Amino acid sequence: MSDNQNTLVKLNEAGFRVNNKWLVRGVSLQVEKGKIVTLIGPNGSGKSTTAKIALGIYKKIDGSVERSTDKIGYVPQKISIDWTLPLRVYDFMVLTENLNEKTIDEALSLTGVTHLKSKNLGDLSGGEFQRVLLARAISKKPELLVLDEPVQGVDFTGEIALYELIKKISDELNCGILLISHDLHTVMSATDHVVCLNGHVCCSGSPIDVAKNNEYKALFGEQASQILSRYEHKHDHVHTSEGEIKKN
Amino acid sequence: MFDDFFIRALVAGIGVAIVTGPLGCFVIWRRLSYFGDTLSHSALLGVTLAYSMEFNIAFSVFIISSLIALTLIQLQKRTNLPGDALLGLLAHSSLAVGLVVIGFLSFIRFDIMGLLFGDILAVTVNDLLIIWIGGALILLVLKLIWKPLFASTVNYELAEAEGLNPDRAKAIFTILMAAIIAISIKMVGLLLITGMLIIPAAMARNISSSPQKMVIYSIIGGLLSVILGLFSSLEFNTASGPSIIAASLFLFILSLLNIKQSIKLKN
Repeated sequence: MSDNQNTLVKLNEAGFRVNNKWLVRGVSLQVEKGKIVTLIGPNGSGKSTTAKIALGIYKKIDGSVERSTDKIGYVPQKISIDWTLPLRVYDFMVLTENLNEKTIDEALSLTGVTHLKSKNLGDLSGGEFQRVLLARAISKKPELLVLDEPVQGVDFTGEIALYELIKKISDELNCGILLISHDLHTVMSATDHVVCLNGHVCCSGSPIDVAKNNEYKALFGEQASQILSRYEHKHDHVHTSEGEIKKN
Repeated sequence: MFDDFFIRALVAGIGVAIVTGPLGCFVIWRRLSYFGDTLSHSALLGVTLAYSMEFNIAFSVFIISSLIALTLIQLQKRTNLPGDALLGLLAHSSLAVGLVVIGFLSFIRFDIMGLLFGDILAVTVNDLLIIWIGGALILLVLKLIWKPLFASTVNYELAEAEGLNPDRAKAIFTILMAAIIAISIKMVGLLLITGMLIIPAAMARNISSSPQKMVIYSIIGGLLSVILGLFSSLEFNTASGPSIIAASLFLFILSLLNIKQSIKLKN
């Protein structure tokens, strides 16, 4: 993680406090093009705060944040929308950027909610709304995607499909993704870099490194580090050019 | 054509309604109706200053209302008082100071009723120019800030995260509010301007399914209110402002019938 040209956002010792209480401090990380960086950590460990620092929503921060793109798609963890607004899914899709019908339809069909296009946003279920949020964030073809618990409330099969979609988007658009997720399975299988937070950075590195880290074990328990072993075993073989599987 | 006071009032009212339509939608969406009240109450101070210093009324009201809005923003930052208390404080103190200043200006004859509730007779060709040019400018600026303003109305953090600068849009919108109050004060009067902003928009909310439709219906509702209100004010010899607002209330009640029907349809 050193090539500066590919860096989309970089936090240097960043921290944020409210009324002299630190929500998170001393966070350094960077998201590069085509890479998925995941924040994990228990409730209240500062994951969402870190995302908001990266996005520039929190401005009075300690340390610094450098963003080299303004093409950003954001899926917030909590979103309170005032229903005094008559707002259809379509209106929500063009909220921050004007898009043509085709782009909107494409994004909605990627997350499987094309049929909701003219529905009132207030009439959607939690899972449907989450899919619309994700569709909106990817529709503008951002260079940086910040996804804060993007599949909360989505049914199990949908969850897997959406995570696959996120991985695919990262490859296709070559965009950087800052992901917050509770789902350690996903984190460990699809992530390039993991940052484990607990008010500060506990440990960070590749999923394998993090899973072996003692602080990670202390936070999530022994079981959590074993999740990884299931994915690790995938790497005990190589695919040869002839299509054979060769054991290491 | 503009020799006739009634034609002048009609042209002025139509100009005002076209601008209050979209602004009123934002007042409802952003829950700013009491904020509108505060700005319009402060307009009395603006009017008295205009008389005492021989300024143009619209200009003076615009300056005072903008200052009150800025004061509000500063007070919100520096005190722990809740927003509605600050609004009340500014609304009533600026109204009171305005009335006290009027007391000192005994050499000028004020038409207080006209000031509070609007007076069609008072609309001059000059006022028409102010309303239509000022109104066109307000709409132009609103169109320019529409995207960030609307996005931050839906969700502030999304707008901020995706680089739309919602704080700037909010500050500009505040100035637009002061401007609409300044140009419409002669028509509707300072106690009723907020009614002109929110009642047609509330009516529109009852019958619209998208933000664009709500804006359009809000404008149409405002236009109908002005036309109905002014004709009835001519017919029954009532003050123009209350007649226009009463007409908009009538339209609002009609729109409630529509809600009942759509709820029935849903069930």
